[in-house]
Amino acid sequence: MDMTPQNYQQLVEKHCKPSPIGKDMLWAFVIGGAICTLGQGILDFWKAAGLDEKDAAAATSITLIGLSALLTGLHVYEKLAKYAGAGTLVPITGFSNSVASPALEFKSEGFILGTGAKMFTIAGPVIVYGISASIVYGIILVIFGLA
Amino acid sequence: MQYIYAFVTGGVICALSQLLIDKTKLTPARILTAYVVLGVILTAVGIYKPLVDWAGAGATVPLLGFGYTLAEGVKTAVSESGLLGAFVGGAKAAAGGISAAVFFGLLAALLFKPADKS
Amino acid sequence: MIGKRMGIGTIRFERPPRVRAWAAVGGKKEKQGPLGQEFDQLFPDTMCGESTWEKAEMYLQKVAASIAANKCKLPIGALDLIVAGDLLGQCVASSYAARGTQVPYLGVYGACSTMAESLGIAACMIDGGFAQRTCAIASSHFCTAERQYRFPLAYGGQRTPTAQWTATAAGACILTAAADDRAPVRITHVCFGKICDMGITDANNMGAAMAPAAYETIRTLLSDTGTHPEDYDGIFTGDLGRVGSAVLCELFEQHGIQLAQKHDDCGMLLFDDKQDVHAGGSGCGCAASVLCAHLLPRLSDGRYSRIILAATGALMSPTSVQQGESIPGICHAVILESEKKR
Repeated sequence: MDMTPQNYQQLVEKHCKPSPIGKDMLWAFVIGGAICTLGQGILDFWKAAGLDEKDAAAATSITLIGLSALLTGLHVYEKLAKYAGAGTLVPITGFSNSVASPALEFKSEGFILGTGAKMFTIAGPVIVYGISASIVYGIILVIFGLA
Repeated sequence: MQYIYAFVTGGVICALSQLLIDKTKLTPARILTAYVVLGVILTAVGIYKPLVDWAGAGATVPLLGFGYTLAEGVKTAVSESGLLGAFVGGAKAAAGGISAAVFFGLLAALLFKPADKS
Repeated sequence: MIGKRMGIGTIRFERPPRVRAWAAVGGKKEKQGPLGQEFDQLFPDTMCGESTWEKAEMYLQKVAASIAANKCKLPIGALDLIVAGDLLGQCVASSYAARGTQVPYLGVYGACSTMAESLGIAACMIDGGFAQRTCAIASSHFCTAERQYRFPLAYGGQRTPTAQWTATAAGACILTAAADDRAPVRITHVCFGKICDMGITDANNMGAAMAPAAYETIRTLLSDTGTHPEDYDGIFTGDLGRVGSAVLCELFEQHGIQLAQKHDDCGMLLFDDKQDVHAGGSGCGCAASVLCAHLLPRLSDGRYSRIILAATGALMSPTSVQQGESIPGICHAVILESEKKR
């Protein structure tokens, strides 16, 4: 090919249809917002059931995660996600989906090496860097005596 | 009113991540990881707490809120037990969510069958 | 040039091997597509009654091979060689499908270009006199490919507009020697391609990664044989999809060759726009099934008299993509001619 990779990249970009950003963002806004509103409803429910602020927040996460795992198993979450994009990815329900979907998918390789081992192939980094960041924050608090 | 704040805040956070995905070609795993770490940082510098107070679930349900939970947990634990708290605080606060994801994920694998996409 | 080679890189068969029989099988989305009516068998349940997706893909290959063999009333055991490939790690769909056949077997990997690769090797074997009857097979399955290259099926991900949809399909061709006058199609030339890498790293834009290879191989084949696009009823690329096809036609145009009127792409023939496949179909089964469902029948009854099948492949692995490597493209081309005189 008598062409540099840079020139070729330009040629390719000319023919690539861009993502429909406006439509994608609207979907993400509506579905993401709706999931958070649902979360607010569940939070209020747990508070009304007598849980304190902190426990109600934890119970809300657990409820949303359970719901999302159920919808993942029923193959509804992936269909919603096709339109919602980040709207279903960024809420805690997306985290649950990213754990439940490999768990289900790799069942064919057995419950130990499939489901068990592959469960965190997608969500693993979130835990690794989330917890590590929190530990760094904790150490900074200790060193500077901020807490 | 609280519901509207939750809707708008959650919606805006998700729409901004969509913009990131479409514009930068960052993979979802990178965005999620970045959001959790960003949640920890925003909480540490004191920006995220006021947002949670205002938007409720709109701020706690997105993964930024997971970072918030981790950071708040660490802060409380450090004030109670010093350096040990730095290690146990985050995981302790997030334990419910992580355990639920593991357990319900396993349950989903037990109860359901993989299916083709249409 | 010596022996059977001509030009820079084309093999011209002295006694062109014939394609005696063929079969295409597909899944649900292929059934709903424009070629749905032309398949030999379709499986609306893409698990095909098996327990895993991988077994389902093996089953697709077995069914395609046995339908093709039945059409020419030849037991599979009478074949001298099976050349087969698929997308799975270690080519397991092909190897396991061939497990019970007791026929010598070559597993090949050329990603989505596999059908042209296996067809080319199978034809060389016959012209060389190393075999009398050979079978070329290729398959892919959407679910096995997603599991291996992308995300679990139940994971909520969005596909980019340049992404392609792996076909759930298989195609099988039975090749015989030049003397077989019951075979309606002959293979006259093969051009095995060189790897071409223009630095594309986006695994969701394989069409762009493969287009330069398609350009190189088709260009070589045309100049080696002294032919032009007008000399063919169609030049069918493997599965460049919408983006890759547009790039390919522009590359030819820049070099003063009008390809667009004669060019079509298997990935765009297999599915239509409404099926939400974004840039079109892909996978070894895409070119294989379009060849066997759509192109060979047209050559057989004389609607086409001469075509080029130029199947393209993107030769990356999940590991190489994660390590930031760019995607090497490949394209193998065969010239197919009808025995029927128009």
